[in-house]
Amino acid sequence: MTMEHGTPPRYAKGDKVRVDDRDAIGHCRTPWFLRGRTGTVVSIQGTFRDPERLAYHYPGLPALPLYKVRFNQRDLWPDYNGPEHDQLEADIYENWLRPATPAPHE
Amino acid sequence: MPEKKNEYRAEAGGRTVHDVGGLDFGAVDFDEHDLALWERRVDAMIVQLATKKGVFKVDAMRRVIESYGEQQYDATTYYEKWARALRNLLVEQNVISREELDAKLVETRAKMRAAGREASSEDVPWNEWDEKK
Repeated sequence: MTMEHGTPPRYAKGDKVRVDDRDAIGHCRTPWFLRGRTGTVVSIQGTFRDPERLAYHYPGLPALPLYKVRFNQRDLWPDYNGPEHDQLEADIYENWLRPATPAPHE
Repeated sequence: MPEKKNEYRAEAGGRTVHDVGGLDFGAVDFDEHDLALWERRVDAMIVQLATKKGVFKVDAMRRVIESYGEQQYDATTYYEKWARALRNLLVEQNVISREELDAKLVETRAKMRAAGREASSEDVPWNEWDEKK
């Protein structure tokens, strides 16, 4: 685990978070299929320099907390026909996460 | 030349070229295969330049690879993508010049042909605008 001088984590294990649904400009580690989706923080993986800045030879500081976020497969794929408890975990940097606010249908 | 397969991207919806999670690209090929010597060399150079010499970070390599157009991205293999990114970043970071590289390619091709070995005369494109020249 790399711990570099960076911002203190904004989210904790168990927090509901929503992946920001914005366009990526240049290098981006947040998968398209997770944008706008809601998941739960499983763990904080450490603090890492921002890959979106490193990609252009900038220092990428302050370093960003990186979270392991867990999603229900059924929330990701409209036609998912696997078991209901199937889940998917992805590493998401803090600048791509927002606090989850309950959507009207939830 | 691998088969062109960008027709799979019909439902891509505007995502970048490498970000294909959830698209139907058919079954994953799990066949193991040996690496060619040039592939091992490219791997070694990337490790040296990115992690030991600090010429660029792997994130920059990803950025170059992700900037390929669909046709180039889908038609190139794993280490072909690495080799091209390596070349572009060495020039971008002023480690070598494009002129030095071009001169070395001419020299190497001549040497190989003189030794009775096959040498492609095809140049790997630098940029999309470059191909249109």
